Amino acid sequence: MASLGKWVLWSGVTGLGALAAGGIATAQGESINAWWLIAAAVCVYAIGYRVYGAWVATRVLLVDGRPTPAVRIDDGRDFVPTNRWVVFGHHFAAIAGPGPLVGPTLAAQFGYLPGTLWILIGAVLGGCIQDMVILFCSTRRDGRSLGQMARDELGPVGGGAALVGTLMILVILISVLGLVIVNAMKHSPWATATVTATIPIAVLVGFYMRGIRPGRVLEGSAIGVALLLLAVWGGGWVDHHPLLRTWFDHGPLPIAYAIMVYGFAAAVLPVWLLLAPRDYLSTFMKLGTVALLAIAIIWLNPVLHMPALTQFVDGSGPIFAGKVFPFVFITIACGAISGFHALVSSGTTPKLLTDERDIHMIGYGSMLLESFVALMALIAACVLEPGVFFAINTAPGVVGEGAQAVATISSWGFPVALDQMQALAREMGEATLFGRTGGAPSLAVGMASIFSSAFGQGLLAVWYHFAIMFEAIFILTTLDAGTRVGRFMLQDFLGNFVPALGRTSWYPSVLLCSGLIVGAWGYFLYIGVIDPAGGVNILWPLFGIANQILAAIALCVGTAILVKTGRERYFWVTGLPLAWLTAVTSTAAWQKVMSDDPRLGFFAGASDLAAKLASGVLPPEKAAVAPQLIFNLRLDGWLTMLFVALLWLILADTGRVCLRHWRRASAAMPAGGQA
Amino acid sequence: MKALRGFWAWLRAVSGDDAYERYLAHHAAAHPDREPLGRREFFSQRQAAAWAKVKRCC
Repeated sequence: MASLGKWVLWSGVTGLGALAAGGIATAQGESINAWWLIAAAVCVYAIGYRVYGAWVATRVLLVDGRPTPAVRIDDGRDFVPTNRWVVFGHHFAAIAGPGPLVGPTLAAQFGYLPGTLWILIGAVLGGCIQDMVILFCSTRRDGRSLGQMARDELGPVGGGAALVGTLMILVILISVLGLVIVNAMKHSPWATATVTATIPIAVLVGFYMRGIRPGRVLEGSAIGVALLLLAVWGGGWVDHHPLLRTWFDHGPLPIAYAIMVYGFAAAVLPVWLLLAPRDYLSTFMKLGTVALLAIAIIWLNPVLHMPALTQFVDGSGPIFAGKVFPFVFITIACGAISGFHALVSSGTTPKLLTDERDIHMIGYGSMLLESFVALMALIAACVLEPGVFFAINTAPGVVGEGAQAVATISSWGFPVALDQMQALAREMGEATLFGRTGGAPSLAVGMASIFSSAFGQGLLAVWYHFAIMFEAIFILTTLDAGTRVGRFMLQDFLGNFVPALGRTSWYPSVLLCSGLIVGAWGYFLYIGVIDPAGGVNILWPLFGIANQILAAIALCVGTAILVKTGRERYFWVTGLPLAWLTAVTSTAAWQKVMSDDPRLGFFAGASDLAAKLASGVLPPEKAAVAPQLIFNLRLDGWLTMLFVALLWLILADTGRVCLRHWRRASAAMPAGGQA
Repeated sequence: MKALRGFWAWLRAVSGDDAYERYLAHHAAAHPDREPLGRREFFSQRQAAAWAKVKRCC
């Protein structure tokens, strides 16, 4: 009887999923609503979790009830057996950052279909598998980190590639995230005042948790969250104050410099003062807001105004150049498959696991939830009128300013009017919404319209700035935590050559390494800000390539471990996503390097700009920054080649290790014996 | 009511609010001969350790 009920349930889930996915894919020219996407997602997730994920966990990884490192070592500090739901909460809070909000928003330029399919399929077959396999491998190895596992399983080449890859992706990630919030804060006194206020609020909470009530995390966070909400309202007050608003009204470059100073300070100052309290606040804010967004979308069931596919699948997209293959798979990294997760799945989470059998729920399950967050962001972007979406997300260097931008975007078949944009900006409490690239502002507009419809009209401006604050606070958390981790990694690395530099508490080394890391991402941020094409066009694909290459490194480690531990029959579990990522990143990198299209190819772009500069057709303000942009385009080209070289190096290393194992296995066991 | 209490316990655990109590329990069981750290020292040591590694993703 129970099995019949199960059969009916799972047939229903499969049928509903197929129906919803079919409906989405065939609804050409008709608008669909959010429930179609949510129904398809929930069914795909349910089948992925119960069928594929469970099969991989029990039949391939062979999880069993053996004591985990937390149970065996249980030192009360790092290794602590922890309740599975608590580990799940920790793990999800650690993997969920701003990536799954920004990537899908940008990828909406192709329409909702490519992004949705990749978010669902990529997560179920790729991202969840990567997170789960790495979590499993690290758990069986006493919580070793990805870099250590790469060194142990592949050798020094693999270990070195993992280290370099991680550092590079950190630098690119931080610069592009910095650019996203610069674009949200430029000439917006309200947003700037609110985001600035989050810093003293974090410091206050830091003092509370250290001095006044040590370790009372929830009390301190509750006070902080209340103050943050007050800061959203206070920002509006500043915005209406004739004198105060001028203090917070800045162009993009001063804001970028302020972010660099902030990042340096956060990496150098004691963690309790700024980093840790900010992280508590941002985690609560993030989880609360994402839950609210999901509830509002499910409640409201908004209609998606974006078509399933736009003409930009041919590579002419205004937000970033490049065809739907491979660029949708680069643009949406977090939310489908993200190499960064492998850093959390190894090292931290394994040391908390009480039961190995929870790896399925924690590794696979929390990535499914992250994928769902990405889908929410995609829906919020596609709810906007496409004309409005493109007007916000396209740089003036691509479509011109004001009336010209409106005319260009309307000529693509996405009608938008100047007074419509002005009215929208006024409703959101902004002077203008044109050219606010990077995804955060358009997501905030989408969220504000959803929230105000669900929870009361008339507060659009407050909701908009609440959404900006919510995005900014955890972008800044990623930025300062990333700078600090980068500093530690650099110190660790330089310590191999100059031992004194490896001492993490020696102040000259702290200042030097923090300065180097901030200088590296600060450079890319600076170039992104002065680039008239918006910078996101260059930086986000670079970030996507770097993140997918880190994922490929993690999958290489996973594949090598599967082969070496007698699971070679199932090497395709990680091998197939690895092959796909290799194809995607190599194609994207090839196009970014070799393409003749100056918007797509780095070197073509540099030559095009150099020719324009030489012939004197550039207006003076563009000619002034052109030499820096030319240098940067060439640098990005070389960097892309370095990334791909790293990928193929580690692939070759993995192939070598696997082949050696196969050869040994067949030598030891002739006539096709069983392992 | 039971669900609410469960949620509260989960929230305290996942945020680290009850970390010191857990530490005291662990310490009493594992090292009854030694004096445990004070609340403030424990918290600052724990924080310093947590922020020396990758803790947040993109």
